[in-house]
Amino acid sequence: MTRPNTYRSGPDERGHFGIYGGRFVAETLMPLILEVEKAYKDAKADPAFEGEIRQQLKQYVGRPNPLYYAERLTEMLGGAKIYFKREELNHTGAHKINNCIGQILLARRMGKKRIIAETGAGQHGVATATVCALYNMPCVIYMGETDIARQQPNVFRMKLLGAEVVPVTSGARTLKDAMNEALRDWVTNVADTYYLIGTAAGPHPYPMMVRDFQSVIGDEVRTQMQELEGRLPDSLVACVGGGSNAIGLFHPFLDEPTVQMIAVEAAGHGIEKGPLEHAASITGGRPGVLHGNRTYLLQDEDGQILEGHSISAGLDYPGVGPEHSWLHDIGRVEYVSATDQETLDAFQLCARTEGIIPALESAHALAEIVKRAPKLPKDHLMVLCLSGRGDKDIFSVAQHLGVKL
Amino acid sequence: MSTDTGRIAKRFAALKAEGRAGLVTFITAGDPDLETCRALLDGLPAAGADLIELGLPFSDPMADGPAIQAASLRALHAGTTARKTLDLVRGFRERDADTPIILMGYFNPIHAYGVDRFLADAKGAGVDGLIIVDLPPEEDEELCIPALKAGVNFIRLATPTTDEKRLPTVLQNTSGFVYYVSIAGITGTASADNAAVGAAVDRLKRHTDLPVAVGFGIKTPEQAANIARVADAAVVGSAIVTRIADGLDAAGKARPGLVEDVLGFVRDLAAGVRRARG
Repeated sequence: MTRPNTYRSGPDERGHFGIYGGRFVAETLMPLILEVEKAYKDAKADPAFEGEIRQQLKQYVGRPNPLYYAERLTEMLGGAKIYFKREELNHTGAHKINNCIGQILLARRMGKKRIIAETGAGQHGVATATVCALYNMPCVIYMGETDIARQQPNVFRMKLLGAEVVPVTSGARTLKDAMNEALRDWVTNVADTYYLIGTAAGPHPYPMMVRDFQSVIGDEVRTQMQELEGRLPDSLVACVGGGSNAIGLFHPFLDEPTVQMIAVEAAGHGIEKGPLEHAASITGGRPGVLHGNRTYLLQDEDGQILEGHSISAGLDYPGVGPEHSWLHDIGRVEYVSATDQETLDAFQLCARTEGIIPALESAHALAEIVKRAPKLPKDHLMVLCLSGRGDKDIFSVAQHLGVKL
Repeated sequence: MSTDTGRIAKRFAALKAEGRAGLVTFITAGDPDLETCRALLDGLPAAGADLIELGLPFSDPMADGPAIQAASLRALHAGTTARKTLDLVRGFRERDADTPIILMGYFNPIHAYGVDRFLADAKGAGVDGLIIVDLPPEEDEELCIPALKAGVNFIRLATPTTDEKRLPTVLQNTSGFVYYVSIAGITGTASADNAAVGAAVDRLKRHTDLPVAVGFGIKTPEQAANIARVADAAVVGSAIVTRIADGLDAAGKARPGLVEDVLGFVRDLAAGVRRARG
């Protein structure tokens, strides 16, 4: 495959990253998708929109968050110099809020009166409920019944924030079914409702828009690394479910040939165990069409979507953002995976050496750093996107470790 | 349209000659099992179905309401695949050479099958048209244009959100008929106001010579009759599929009499449609 002049020009006007992306939605939604695209284009050209986002990210979210030198971990692994991008210090405890601020301001510009969203682990649901409270908009969160049962604290948080949490009882009752149900709501309430998608997937323009709102992560890393080390990082490592924190970290660096990028998928019980035992869409899936875009999917021979497995409820989605599919195919980003066990080990290591309890999602990326850093020279600058904090995960981790709380 | 010599065009021409609207019935392939579905399909034309929509089951039918979602899952649990769906059509075609069959579903199972191979096999099996919910005109190159080249009609959905400006885009590569979705919503939920449907059909007719079928939310023979007064055909799906679900035992197996009960309901719908303009 020939190397493009730039990796940062996508998508094309029809929402394609190479063969991926697109707008695979029902006709009822199509006019609305076009309206969102136009509104976003106008907003991007308006300095006031950018200014309002900047202001809220600073005052409300608490950005910029630090690029932190993880000295003890670096010493312990004995190789690359490891930095953490501290997204877990954002208000609401994860990177999800970056995107929610941008999209709710867009929804307001569009004159929409009601917000809907899907959530898996509940992080995006909490971030959406938060911005809806902030801007006084009614908020309906679709969440699979199975996820509701295993993420009770986040369900209560959303309710405290004034959101209505609707249990989804169709399919396997997890994230993909929540997304189906949110789409059904949107089709029914097209006139007044805005669908605030939480990851860099779905129909165009969502993958592009979510990436743009999350690119603040990579932009800050670039500036901060320049201040700290006077140069670019050598490698960037992030976890991938839908892939919004990863694309936000990577995108500003895609055209820097010296910066290596590694995305870590959830290998669950192991990719070799088959497609029901992991959630690694790129490593263990193949291209198909779901939820508005062409991308790598976990699916059977007949094109039926499979339920993946991961210890992390935030990564067990059977698809991935279309830009990741493209970056994989052209070889710009390396896609690897970490198992549940490797993730649990990294989770505990981070807590004990750095005093930071990471989200299980982020611990997948850390597991790759544990494998890689010892083999690298001490002047290799490696950045982990610490996408979220792990408070939400302590119950499931305790269960896996056989501890009764 | 005048060049279209397929079964769909012929059937609508015949309905026009008879001076009545048609009844389009939807069932999901392999629901509740392949054997019962085969019996239902075989019985539909005699019960009064003028055209048959056969659902291609998909794990994630995001434009469908609870009734058709459940039907899709029943069919998948019964082992239905795209290949077995085409086998059902092939079997039906051996016994009925005239009733048009339209496959309705989502793109991914066809994508997984391979577009060209699927179109060749579907055409060979006797499929006349496709309604693929998640392929708007913006994605015509994926399946719509290859289907037209393969001689399979591609039937597009027009909705209440399809405005005057967008309508020509939606109609451009549509063939067979236009399916007007009478409500902004999912299948099997709310019913549209009759006057609004009449106005929408008139609007479509100003843009196209194709027949217009109307669906979503038609549950009774009376509602079907009302639609038949203003459109070229009435589509009934969820109500029939619900009848199938009602005929299952606690283990999800078809009880004796299910096929006859469902076909009896179709006869009532057909009677409604036939007396609409009487």
